[in-house]
Amino acid sequence: MAPAVYGLAVAMSLAGAALGLYGLVGGAFTVTVPWLLPLGGVALEMDRLAGLFVALVALTAVPVSIYAVAYDRDGRGGGGAYLAFLAAMAVVPLAGNVITFLVAWELMSLASWLLIAREPRAGGPAWVYAVMTHAGFACLLVGMLLVGAHTGSLSFAEWRAAAPALAPATRDIAFVLLGLGFAGKAGVIPLHVWLPLAHPAAPSHVSALMSGVMVKLGVYGLIRIGLDWLGAGPPWWGVVILVAGTMSAVIGVLYALVEPDLKRLLAFSTIENVGIILVGLGAALVFAPVGAGPLAALALVAALYHTVNHAAFKALLFLGAGSVQHATSTRNMEDLGGLVKRMPWTAACFLVGAVAIAGLPPLNGFVSEWLTFQALLQNLDVARPELNLVFALALAGLALSAGLAVACFVKAFGITFLALPRRAEAASAHEAPAAMRVAMTALAAACVGLGIGATLIVPALAGVATDLSPGAAVPITVSGVAVRVSGDFASVSTLAVAGAFAGILLLLVVGLRRAGAAGARIAPTWGCGRIVQTARMEYTATAFANPFTRVFDFVYRPRKQRVVDTHPESRLFVRGIAYESSTRLLFEDWLYAPLMTALRRTTTAARAIQSGHANHYLAYILAALVVMLVFG
Amino acid sequence: MSGAVIDGALQVLVVGAGAPLLVGFTRTLKARLVGRPGPGPVQPYRDLRKLLGKEPVVSDTTSWIFRVTPYLLAATMLVAALVVPVVTSRPALGFAGNAILLMALFLFGTFFLALAGLDAGSAFGGMGASREVAVAALAEPTVIVAIFALAMRAGTIDLGGVVERLGRQPWLAINPGHLLAFAAFFIVMLAETGRLPVDNPATHLELTMIHEAMVLEYSGRYLALVEWASAMKLFLFMTLLANLFVPWGVPTAATPTAVALGVMALAGKLVVLSAALAVTETLVAKLRLFRVPELLAGSFALAVLSVMAVFLLR
Repeated sequence: MAPAVYGLAVAMSLAGAALGLYGLVGGAFTVTVPWLLPLGGVALEMDRLAGLFVALVALTAVPVSIYAVAYDRDGRGGGGAYLAFLAAMAVVPLAGNVITFLVAWELMSLASWLLIAREPRAGGPAWVYAVMTHAGFACLLVGMLLVGAHTGSLSFAEWRAAAPALAPATRDIAFVLLGLGFAGKAGVIPLHVWLPLAHPAAPSHVSALMSGVMVKLGVYGLIRIGLDWLGAGPPWWGVVILVAGTMSAVIGVLYALVEPDLKRLLAFSTIENVGIILVGLGAALVFAPVGAGPLAALALVAALYHTVNHAAFKALLFLGAGSVQHATSTRNMEDLGGLVKRMPWTAACFLVGAVAIAGLPPLNGFVSEWLTFQALLQNLDVARPELNLVFALALAGLALSAGLAVACFVKAFGITFLALPRRAEAASAHEAPAAMRVAMTALAAACVGLGIGATLIVPALAGVATDLSPGAAVPITVSGVAVRVSGDFASVSTLAVAGAFAGILLLLVVGLRRAGAAGARIAPTWGCGRIVQTARMEYTATAFANPFTRVFDFVYRPRKQRVVDTHPESRLFVRGIAYESSTRLLFEDWLYAPLMTALRRTTTAARAIQSGHANHYLAYILAALVVMLVFG
Repeated sequence: MSGAVIDGALQVLVVGAGAPLLVGFTRTLKARLVGRPGPGPVQPYRDLRKLLGKEPVVSDTTSWIFRVTPYLLAATMLVAALVVPVVTSRPALGFAGNAILLMALFLFGTFFLALAGLDAGSAFGGMGASREVAVAALAEPTVIVAIFALAMRAGTIDLGGVVERLGRQPWLAINPGHLLAFAAFFIVMLAETGRLPVDNPATHLELTMIHEAMVLEYSGRYLALVEWASAMKLFLFMTLLANLFVPWGVPTAATPTAVALGVMALAGKLVVLSAALAVTETLVAKLRLFRVPELLAGSFALAVLSVMAVFLLR
């Protein structure tokens, strides 16, 4: 049963991809079906931005669904919910009015919730996800109704025309409400709490879609409210997004760095990457209103590029993590190791993903981070010292997160795949089935293609940016194999770097061979005279992250506990030592725990009026009626 | 096109062949400063030849990552040699990226070397890898802010563009902000290339090693490649410092005489810088690992001050 569902999903996605690409190259259309829904009916509207996101959803769903054929052989993943999830994600960017948008948005949330909730031991995470996603939905609903009430329309096209005439306060409130709703879905800190819970709980192909695509629809929403539906806003909108993005990037990767659970690590890294995207988007929103239109377009292209890239490498990494879990039944890196010999194909694909996400040339992550840096570095064109300072700090934050991401993915790949297996499960791991390998290879190829094919990708994204900020020429030109930014300011060519690298590598290898260097003696690892090497001598994931735990202890607030069990007769005879060390989560402790305590206290207090006597309830109704008659 | 190929080959040759000499020269200077005769400056060439002739020993725990990494590392540095303005301000691959590409290339090397450190499964390799990536990650913000300070003054972030602009308008380079950025970048160089006080390139004391612990399993030609790549990294960082902050004497056209002059100017600047490095390394003791972040935070503060100086002085 399962393969049929996923086959259908592949077919659907291919159709969706064609539609999306048609929109991306400029094919605009509108479809309305008034009778299907109340309050304006179903309205679909295609433009370049919508086309980009539809294509993104569909093109990610193709390899993921192929993967699922083998990964979810017994159809445990819930066929109907999976299809509904895909369809809803494809409809969200196309929605042309409030009702269509909200229905698709809620369907997307419910379907993904179902996919998580049916997993064993996913009760808690599923509830956190449900609560967070519905709090976000409530914000969206209120925000959209607010704009609807003030513009007198529920159609986005009419908002566009009416928004600039709205009172600034109304627009600000609408921006904050809608922003909260979308940022929650995008996993922006501090609204990220559901992400590291829900992503690992879901089956890996669903995690790949949630992380690679669904959170991007939050980004999509932020792009729409920042640049499109509400018109151009004041610079502080951009500053808020820029600061939130920088914070998410740094804190997200810091938590990823100490996480021993492979899928949780990837979830935290998603928070980081959404942060990087928002740094680009925030910069665009700052540049646009202060008269730096071309820079805004450049920053937006960078943000869109990173959105596309993250979908490719994060889906790849989640599928890789899924293969590891499939083969070893564990996601805990402290139990893994040595998989590069047992799962060479998965390891190679995961390595490509790791290099890409760490922002290393010539793969795709590098190109989009490079573009983001170029947009930020030109902020001096805006002569506003307070904004320049924000940009300088954002630059530093982005650079720190890029450096930490390298460390994080050295750990993710090195501890999981290299050295000796730490447990029997890892020692007896098997390579992933063919369908899973095909899917991972396709995504790895996408990472390479999006990297060295930058000259082909950038013009398409520039088209989207021009659509959103009309009049501003995108300051990116393609000359030969290089992408030039702002005339002489900077240029990059991943293709040239890759070509030179391959050529030099070949010369080196051949040269050394010619010089007679070949062969090597195989011997055990040097170990200061010990007899056998075991996995207990390896560095663990926790040990690897230790320098960071110490340097950033104000974020992690590490907890160490050592219990030494001694003999009752003498404390010199130790019977056992239990050692425990863990890091704590900042926002969970300082924001959500007090919030939950307050909520619990309020609800407990409210219980006082729940007496259980029908008489009392009738009296409440009477009292409410009187109050309404008096004040109504 | 053929001009670019010759120019590129020349840069690769200068960096590839000059790097061991720079390391040897610094070592000799350091030895003299502490009153030892020390080996001559060409000793690293002899070391490399010896290592290339030896049969490497490879751990049975390792995978292909371990064997591929030395080649990747050396190739990365040679590609970087095509991007940095070494003997002309418009190197062959100058169009392919700027300082950010360069930093990303260095991180690429660090990434694979750290993986290779983990690959052998010994605690030393893991320890070195973990520390190396920590230092590299913490140095990144300084790098980017120092580059920002430079780009603000030069109006471009293209390395060749910075060199030409500052070469034409030297007064841009003579101000306190520029000096602060130079100091910040110098500290970053110490950290990134594993010099004192961050890491001791001469130590083999287990608990203090960073870079040496990571490459402990390498031997034979693999070690030769790794050592050569480290030397090239030092050479490239010093060239960056020399040509970006003191951009005089870098030829803008690739005529034979201009290039010959450029090589000589570079040699002069590198001698001064390497003397500065030798003196620094002789004067300071190695910092405890967990004091290194403080040093890097200090360099970050310098870089931020350099940015502020641009606002104040414009």
